[in-house]
Amino acid sequence: MTFSVNDGEFVALTGPNGAGKSTLLRILLGLLPPLGGTVEVFGASPRDLRDRWRIGYVPQRSVLPDNLPATVEEVVATGRLARRGWSRRPGAVDREAVSHALESVLVDDLRRRRMHELSGGQQQRVLIAKAFASEPDLLILDEPVAGVDADSQRRFRDSLVHFARSHGTAVLLVSHELGAVAADLDRVLVLRQGRIAFDGRPEELTATGVSLGVHRTDLPLWLEDPGPTAPR
Amino acid sequence: MNLALPWPFERDYMQLALVAGVVVGVCAPLIGTFLVQKRMSLMGDGIGHVAFAGVAAGLVFGVWPIGTALVAAVVGAVCIEWLRSRGRAGGDLALAVLFYSGIAGGVVLTGLAGSLDASTLTYLFGSILTVAPADALTIAVLGLVILLAVVMGWRALFAVIVDEEAARVAGLPVEALNLGLAGLTAVTVVAGMRVVGVLLVAAMMVLPVGAAQRVARSFRATLVVASGIGTFSVITGLAAARAFGLAPGGAVVLVAAACFMVAAVSKGPAGSRLLTSGTARR
Repeated sequence: MTFSVNDGEFVALTGPNGAGKSTLLRILLGLLPPLGGTVEVFGASPRDLRDRWRIGYVPQRSVLPDNLPATVEEVVATGRLARRGWSRRPGAVDREAVSHALESVLVDDLRRRRMHELSGGQQQRVLIAKAFASEPDLLILDEPVAGVDADSQRRFRDSLVHFARSHGTAVLLVSHELGAVAADLDRVLVLRQGRIAFDGRPEELTATGVSLGVHRTDLPLWLEDPGPTAPR
Repeated sequence: MNLALPWPFERDYMQLALVAGVVVGVCAPLIGTFLVQKRMSLMGDGIGHVAFAGVAAGLVFGVWPIGTALVAAVVGAVCIEWLRSRGRAGGDLALAVLFYSGIAGGVVLTGLAGSLDASTLTYLFGSILTVAPADALTIAVLGLVILLAVVMGWRALFAVIVDEEAARVAGLPVEALNLGLAGLTAVTVVAGMRVVGVLLVAAMMVLPVGAAQRVARSFRATLVVASGIGTFSVITGLAAARAFGLAPGGAVVLVAAACFMVAAVSKGPAGSRLLTSGTARR
């Protein structure tokens, strides 16, 4: 497959389970080496990238240990370590970036709450703030709204779009559920069996009868099943 | 060394015990805070058993036992982290391998020496009241190493606890940090050997932390409160041991256990908002 994400672009990567989305994501994040081909992030192999802070990563869900005695602010502050160096003390710039990130996702009033006191939607917004805190140039999100209610999805969309637009950050969103951000997407990539089955504007995809809201149930055959019949 | 301290710390031997004990009371819970969050509460216990084998080797071959214990503990800690991180064994299995290998090695080596003697028991159960000035100095130096490492690296270690994968993406040296934590655990175990013994040193890494995370609202506050509870346990345990003729190592751990029980039945962190005041500006 061949694809690129340009500066400031908002790209969604979707496709059925087992299509290879997670593998591609882990390669882009430098967690897995590619078996073949070339992958470059900011001109370097993801594993050799020096300025790691340029990539912000939001995992699918919080993996915090149960009852971890950590405040929201402490968790978000870990997002600054890549930017300033892990052994250095945080300065005024770091504190300001953390506050800005907390405000961006509307959890500023929760900053001193323990993480496990928060709802799933609130925890997810904190993880997004953690990714924002490094002020990345590329934000990679892995199913960030899976299992989150509609109100939290709307807040997620507002925060993400506002942050990306105001900082010129490119976004690669891996998700089955694109309804909340459908109007903001520049491109949609549909992955099927390790290949790109569709790469184009969201309205081109919806014109084929595919809803951006739910994928598992309404993907047409040319996206769901293997075969050479894809229109693109 | 004789400082003008009140009873029960007016004697030289009690002051040396106080120095060694406070170092362990501060440092063991600091390291334990990270281990507990990583679900490796028993790591100190496993390393303690390897350190016992190191002590036995030192006694058999006539080498400084604390030195051989430190070498054995660090090697054991590195092995356990290697087994865990490479997926060769789960965290609990890796600990069990270390635990039984260590105690078996210790038994074989003490067998070679003839039998368990008083000096071996000193390390098994602790003998804080016989700490010599050189021992106290060694423990203080080890404590300083632990303290400096935690001050420098706690934020990065915390980031690994929050999300190890995200920490890798951010370029943090996750393997080195995990190995560093394992090494610091080994140093802590060796520092605590003379205070509470290898069989009980892990308790000082776990019980104060269990109590602290019930009452502190932030991770940083947990580190501070756990160290405070550890220090309180040492001072109170030593005083009780002097007053009632108790075994000091056991008395110290029983005080820590009592602190844990009190915290466990308390209302939890809602009653301790004072402890969050230091977390707003880090």
